[in-house]
Amino acid sequence: MKYLEEFQDPELARRLLDDIQATVTQPWAMMEVCGGQTHSIIRHGLDQLLPDGIELIHGPGCPVCVTPLEVIDKALEIASRPGVIFCSFGDMLRVPGSEKDLFRVKSAGGDVRVVYSPMDALAIARKNPDRQVVFFGIGFETTAPPNAMTVYQARKLGIDNFSLLVSHVRVPPAIEAIMTSPVCRVQAFLAAGHVCTVMGTGEYPALAERFKVPIVVTGFEPLDILEGIRRTVHQLEEGRHEVENAYARVVSDDGNPIAIEMLEDVFEVVDRSWRGIGMIPQSGWRLSQRYRRWDAEDRFEVGDIHTQESAICRSGEVLQGLIKPHECAAFGKECTPRNPLGATMVSSEGACAAYYLYRRLQVPPPAERETVGAGRPEGMG
Amino acid sequence: MATDVSIEPRASFDGWTCPLPLRDSPNVVMGHGGGGAMSAELVEHLFLPAFTDGAPATLGDSAVLDVAGARLAFSTDSFVVRPLFFPGGSIGDLAVNGTVNDLAMSGATPLFLSAGFILEEGVELATVGAVAERMGEAARLAGVRIVTGDTKVVESGHGDGVYVNTAGVGLVPDGVDVRPDRARPGDQVIISGDIGVHGVAIMSVREGLEFGTELSSDCRPLNGLVATMLGVTQDLHVLRDPTRGGVATSLNEIATASDVGIALDERLLPIPDVVRDACSFLGLDPLQVANEGKLLAFVAPTDADAVLEAMRAHPAGAGATVIGECVVDHPGMVSARTGFGAERVVDMPIGEQLPRIC
Amino acid sequence: MCLAVPGEITEIWDDDGTPMGRVSFGNVTKDVCLAYVPDIQIGEYTIVHVGFALQRLDEKSALETLEIFRKMGELDAEFGDQWGRAAEQAGMPRPDLAGGLS
Repeated sequence: MKYLEEFQDPELARRLLDDIQATVTQPWAMMEVCGGQTHSIIRHGLDQLLPDGIELIHGPGCPVCVTPLEVIDKALEIASRPGVIFCSFGDMLRVPGSEKDLFRVKSAGGDVRVVYSPMDALAIARKNPDRQVVFFGIGFETTAPPNAMTVYQARKLGIDNFSLLVSHVRVPPAIEAIMTSPVCRVQAFLAAGHVCTVMGTGEYPALAERFKVPIVVTGFEPLDILEGIRRTVHQLEEGRHEVENAYARVVSDDGNPIAIEMLEDVFEVVDRSWRGIGMIPQSGWRLSQRYRRWDAEDRFEVGDIHTQESAICRSGEVLQGLIKPHECAAFGKECTPRNPLGATMVSSEGACAAYYLYRRLQVPPPAERETVGAGRPEGMG
Repeated sequence: MATDVSIEPRASFDGWTCPLPLRDSPNVVMGHGGGGAMSAELVEHLFLPAFTDGAPATLGDSAVLDVAGARLAFSTDSFVVRPLFFPGGSIGDLAVNGTVNDLAMSGATPLFLSAGFILEEGVELATVGAVAERMGEAARLAGVRIVTGDTKVVESGHGDGVYVNTAGVGLVPDGVDVRPDRARPGDQVIISGDIGVHGVAIMSVREGLEFGTELSSDCRPLNGLVATMLGVTQDLHVLRDPTRGGVATSLNEIATASDVGIALDERLLPIPDVVRDACSFLGLDPLQVANEGKLLAFVAPTDADAVLEAMRAHPAGAGATVIGECVVDHPGMVSARTGFGAERVVDMPIGEQLPRIC
Repeated sequence: MCLAVPGEITEIWDDDGTPMGRVSFGNVTKDVCLAYVPDIQIGEYTIVHVGFALQRLDEKSALETLEIFRKMGELDAEFGDQWGRAAEQAGMPRPDLAGGLS
């Protein structure tokens, strides 16, 4: 695939690594915000190739992981109602709610369908005028424009049997929350490249200045990530704290103005709770008044939901970069991708799942960790 | 899928039971049919205990049974693919080749098949006829005969048009002992050709995903290829056709059954550009995507060159290549060297493979 | 988050007021909504996320970036083991990447 594979070249990766190695003189800790970046780093083993002093803290940029438990439970409740066709991205199907997940709802008779695009859900609504079609609208700023366009079309075409269960989150408030946390160790950020494709870089200079952290807009392929790290290391070594764009081929300072305009029309900013982290002010979006008629939460009046997180799940601390996945006692034992306790083990880019999938070779062997009965961590093979 | 319940003791599964035997789910979910970890769980903890008398069992593609001095291979498989007809094949081709290949993976010469049909009320007879024709043609190509069968009809809304089950028998020649627990450190892991083709071909026509591609399924019988390989050496250790769940699933199953580690080199994987592109766009790992007309072979290092040469001379093995080897390290786990020199674990998918947005 | 991949526009049409396009990702094509890149032309590249083109891909910028990567390390080849000296000055052992990338 053109403009993708060239950015996976191992020889060029070596040169970027050489430069990083030559520049670094002391340990640094930087956070990559986006779960897709986490996935790529661990999938290719990029962090194994960095000089020992460079630490990558995996950020909460996994919309699947941070979707509040209440919203998951509401989704499950709505999906269980007769007559509802509940459409979702594949990522969400195994996210555990308080008691079950969408797969379980499906097996109990719910009409749950995986779609590639929110427009597929709208098409289903048109084909099934006597059913209520709900689309689970999660994601960061990257996914918001597609979801916005879908609701815009629903309104324009008068498709009233369609609604959106919205749980959008925004990156800059999350960065602020992380930096104001008293236990923050992050010294720089690799900003989420595709979020910036939409939103531009305008929200970052103030953050870089206020917290004195370099913020480098970074892509997703191995060379993009190494270049983001390389520029970050240079800034840290030189004592700079600026916003840089290392993903210029699709990110401009202004982002995509047409998309931004659509977002301002369709959504309004609200406070939102992030699973595992807590409430971050002004960090979410909900449908604006003009589009409220297509809001699934309003339409379905899902009453009070009593949520129940697993008592031993520490995904909150993982999401904030306070612990690494294998430092959680349940990692690889009670909690595995097959039987996840928290969202970070479900999503393929949640830090726990990424570690489990790609990193079990380096995790201390089971003999050193208390295991229930079996001689090997559950899930091997 | 079938289980080996033959009398000889097989590899012990002590230490492989998971602390939470089955996911905490009272119902069947789609993931149980995905061919990955959940399917394995269902077999392990629900079917095997019911079918066997507690004797250890090896999960091979087919069962090899000692009957009246001969070794009979016996296998069954059910086909629930949707759509029924896809680029490069149909449920009919899969139904015949699937069982023919399961038998061949035990080193057997496939001989006879049965065919059972569950048809949904209202399905067009022309459709059923087309499926049957493809089955007949596939059987002729594979050199087997369909000798018995059954048909049932279910009410409209209870089937997906057409479900097919085939069962098959074959004979294993003397001296041939192909089993999932025979992999040894040092064995070379060979794949007979490009990976990920069938899965991508199917996904490209699946409603909601549809994407344009020239790709056709690689569904084909492999018994001819296996016979050629056995002609070079009878001592093939393991054979497996990596269907649902992809190469990753098969390798993990074999690593566990044989209690060895498997180390792949990503640079050696024969992934066609079209599969790479489709997987990039859907967010999938080609190692976890289904194949049909491909096999994995574990051979002793001394036999590898000769077996490879023979495979490449056969139409079904033209793209055969070594992708890794068995190692003493990390028994039961499959690792891969990435293009950047780091090491990562290759796991089987949990349930169904789903495209992701993240 | 945000799996978005680059592809080439091969066809453009109008679907009831919404611009749509066929995008080619190497050997795979997909119909994609172009509402957010209404001025894009056939032959240009875009990145696609969940069935939507989100931004034009600047090919010139992409090629420039790759060229910068290629040029890295050329100075070292000309002028000797700079990074080894830098490591020395920093009091760190000379890094050995030989086992890492081969």
